Amino acid sequence: MFEVVTKRELAPNIVEMKVKAPLVAASAKPGQFIIVRTDRYGERIPLTICDYDTNDGTVTIVTQSIGISTRKINSLEAGEYFDDFAGPLGNPSDLLELPEEELKNHKVLFIAGGVGTAPVYPQVKWLKEHGVDPDVIIGARTKDLFTYVSEMQEVGNVYLCTDDGSEGFHGNVTMLMKDLIDNQGKKYDRCVIIGPMIMMKFAAMTAKQYGIPSVVSLNALMVDGTGMCGACRVTVGGETKFTCVDGPEFDGALVDFDEAMRRQNMYKNNPKTNPETHKCECHG
Amino acid sequence: MAKANKIPRVPVREQDPTERAKNFEEVSHGYSPEEAYLEATRCLNCSNPRCVAACPVHIQIPQFIYHLTEKDEMGAYAIISQDNSLPSVCGRVCPQEKQCEGSCILGIKGQPVACGSLERYVGDWAIRHQSELPKPQITKNGKKVALVGSGPASLACATDLAKFGYKVKVFEALHQLGGVLVYGIPEFRLPKEGVVEKEVQWVKGLGVEFENDVVVGRTFTIDDLLDKMGYDAVFIGSGAGLPKFMGIEGENLNGVFSANEYLTRANLMHAYDCEYDTPIYLGKKVVVVGGGNVAMDAVRTAKRLGAEAIIVYRRSEAELPARAEEVHHAKQEGIIFKMLTNPIKVLGDENGAVKGIECVEMELGEPDASGRRRPVVKPDSNFVIDCDVVIMALGTSPNPLIKQTTKGLEVNKHGCVVADEDGATTRPGVFAGGDTVTGAATVILAMGAGRKAAKAIHEYLSHES
Repeated sequence: MFEVVTKRELAPNIVEMKVKAPLVAASAKPGQFIIVRTDRYGERIPLTICDYDTNDGTVTIVTQSIGISTRKINSLEAGEYFDDFAGPLGNPSDLLELPEEELKNHKVLFIAGGVGTAPVYPQVKWLKEHGVDPDVIIGARTKDLFTYVSEMQEVGNVYLCTDDGSEGFHGNVTMLMKDLIDNQGKKYDRCVIIGPMIMMKFAAMTAKQYGIPSVVSLNALMVDGTGMCGACRVTVGGETKFTCVDGPEFDGALVDFDEAMRRQNMYKNNPKTNPETHKCECHG
Repeated sequence: MAKANKIPRVPVREQDPTERAKNFEEVSHGYSPEEAYLEATRCLNCSNPRCVAACPVHIQIPQFIYHLTEKDEMGAYAIISQDNSLPSVCGRVCPQEKQCEGSCILGIKGQPVACGSLERYVGDWAIRHQSELPKPQITKNGKKVALVGSGPASLACATDLAKFGYKVKVFEALHQLGGVLVYGIPEFRLPKEGVVEKEVQWVKGLGVEFENDVVVGRTFTIDDLLDKMGYDAVFIGSGAGLPKFMGIEGENLNGVFSANEYLTRANLMHAYDCEYDTPIYLGKKVVVVGGGNVAMDAVRTAKRLGAEAIIVYRRSEAELPARAEEVHHAKQEGIIFKMLTNPIKVLGDENGAVKGIECVEMELGEPDASGRRRPVVKPDSNFVIDCDVVIMALGTSPNPLIKQTTKGLEVNKHGCVVADEDGATTRPGVFAGGDTVTGAATVILAMGAGRKAAKAIHEYLSHES
């Protein structure tokens, strides 16, 4: 049992929780994820680690309520418990592998969208702790949907953009990325892109056009999260990879996003995943 | 040899095939006491019992059966439990026709003694009488052993280590204990609450500790266990969980699954029960590729979920690696068997969902390295089976995580941990057994390996100090 220590709503339907999981906190690294299960009936849901604190033994997750299971997660209150909180899973970010010297002069642009913002945070924070000052684009449809802006401003140079122009740059993340490079003289050695699949697809395409290597973090469907089931199969550079054990980060230029998006919607019409249609009939 | 025996083998009562093909309840009801006592009288109590030699853990089969003829279940259990800590499981899932029953003298001219059903009877009796069973006297020796994974290899190893006096802790990545017994083998063959949980409970009763949600290699490593966490030895029983795919076109279409995924959703996550949140992809027509026990489990699960369910296998029926009983049960339930058929491509519709599988016909040629006749493609024999779900049951290999994160641990080209006959790996203090060493095999072989490793660990730690 893993206690929810604190809970706060970051934006409508987007909830941050600090969960007491000392073993996970002690070994977590930026880029990794965990699997939660709310109760005995719950699904195993993978969530990217958004922060971790080895002192108080907590791990931070941010969840957007979309279907039955994410609503269940976000309905837990501080003082209540997850049945399961397993991890850390997946590989840490490649950034952690860079030699110190190379890292110092490494110009990284983070591109975060929607609920993908919080998962960017531990990587930016880690870079800051290692003397690097990365740029971070945070995009949202409208200003009310921004999350983690103040946290991010403490560790990186934040550039905001909104589709409706209500705050920051008027346009989407790829437009702002082009603006930074074309009009503000920015040069980047790497882009790290985390957000909705469609955003990652176009941001990775744009990075490729500029000849900048990109890394994306995929949020594929999973069951066990340890390499057993293959639900999270993704084609990268023509080869099938498992997001859980080969990823979750992959070369953005090589991911088959169309397939990834199609696979993500595999259970879209399944009665169980839709809160409106899910009604139990077999137990009366 | 004892008295001649004319009684026919006592049949095991089963759920009606048309009825059970619609539910997940256990197929076999098992013997009643009267049936078990009667079947027990068929054993000739051979002076040189071939069944014992054929059993991977060498249960004293004629001895336990003799106790049943005396209506002495406790005595029968005492004999079995010397060699096997999971009799209710093994009585249900062992390939008896290749082991004990396959070597029974009575089988030469007639039907062998139903050793499996009798073992199950004793195991189930013991579960019902768990509180009355004598607990082994354990003297703690102060040393600690960690086990990775809670499947059959670790459960057998943990039982013996606990009896030797070690403080034993088992780390499991998933949220339930039992490994393949809970995620792989379906409820209709091996009830989870009634059997697996109860047998795990017995192991807990010996003082073995379990911790779920720990992914060894990520949460901490084997090096951590030995160097930082004070364990004197480690046993790796993490199984062979990584599914294989064919590498053919269309394998990532929506509706193609590994048998592991399909079965894990159904078994571990109870996706067939609408009280549970995990979904499962329901097909009208499901093709399962493969011929092993896992293929049978997947195809029978698909049938129970309401699909027309088909096995596609590239060799002929004689080569099916599945237990004879599973094939028999599958046929009774209306599973269609398409033998000498090999898929070459999965076909998708405009939305990327499976709409069929293109296959070729095969014929058997010369024997290959496995001794089985090699299937070869018949020219121009391509044809399409319309279906909306394809399940790949082609075997599994060990998860590479342990190897990647443990210093000095050698694996072979198949990714299996290299271990000697007693389970000692190339890393001192680290032992391994079961599927993680052999590749996917049976529950009983894994248990046998777990027991051998327990003995080897005991010797290693006894000499060390």
